Amino acid sequence: MARPDDATALVTGASKGIGAAIAKALAADGWQVAVNYRSDEDGAKATVKAIEEAGGTAKAFQSDVSNGAPDELFKQIEDELGPVIALVNNAGVAADGLAIQMDDDQWDTVIGTNLTAAFRLTRRAMRPMIKARYGRIVNIASVVGPRANAGQSNYAAAKAGLIGMTKTVAAEVARRGVTVNAVAPGFIETDMTKDIPEAVIDAIPARRVGAPDDVAAAVRFLASDDAGYVTGTILFVDGGMSA
Amino acid sequence: MAATVTPEAVEKTVVEALPQFGVDESQISRDATFEALDVDSLDLAELSQIIEDEYGVQLKGDDVGKIKTVGDAIDLVVSRAG
Repeated sequence: MARPDDATALVTGASKGIGAAIAKALAADGWQVAVNYRSDEDGAKATVKAIEEAGGTAKAFQSDVSNGAPDELFKQIEDELGPVIALVNNAGVAADGLAIQMDDDQWDTVIGTNLTAAFRLTRRAMRPMIKARYGRIVNIASVVGPRANAGQSNYAAAKAGLIGMTKTVAAEVARRGVTVNAVAPGFIETDMTKDIPEAVIDAIPARRVGAPDDVAAAVRFLASDDAGYVTGTILFVDGGMSA
Repeated sequence: MAATVTPEAVEKTVVEALPQFGVDESQISRDATFEALDVDSLDLAELSQIIEDEYGVQLKGDDVGKIKTVGDAIDLVVSRAG
């Protein structure tokens, strides 16, 4: 089945880094893109501008997705662009610390944004997708979760949870033409990972960090018509780290 | 603006919605069970969504678990609206 004409893709946390790269890649693949941001308005505008200059359609939408009320955001996007037929849950935060020293706020913030917000957005997004008998949900997980990373028990729990959610929701809605997958990046060069020690890079089989575009290419595929029979899977983009 | 909830209106909505889940129209009656009609939990969730869009009556997972027949569904929506 082919993607509906006015189909819109919502990418959360798309003002910079991986989210911005995903927004651009989806626009290049013909999606209208809703570029969501929380506070970096300039970044979101730059993403929109880059998409428009490349001949695509995009609009920036401010919303803190961790606030638990995605309905307004969806209504705005539906009014101004079209039905959200693809959702990329990319927005994420980190608040690192050893578990023994981690306070409740660090735990709650990371679980709230990286897992709970993704669930609430997914729940809302599935409504028009089920109706359209077509939908694409891509959750940006991580190699952290399936494997350990000291200092990130909250982040690992959220990302592992996201993978569990991906598989189960995929099974629930598969026969309505809605696919739900996860992309699990390894070390990708962004603001969040700019101080990676040399020893960490040596431990990556590819001996280098990835680029946001590497992740974006995987999302672009999973959101495409070609990936209609791919659901509930985790696509690692990690230079072989999880091999 | 949500449509007015009457038993007849809700019945019409339900009867018109069910065929899109592969239900044979001739099998639909108030006494027919969703199990016999081969309407599963995802179908019921979608039916709830149609009802919510039309009448503004929200049916939760718990509610949907309790209804067995087409008539149960209609009665539940009508009682919720009242």
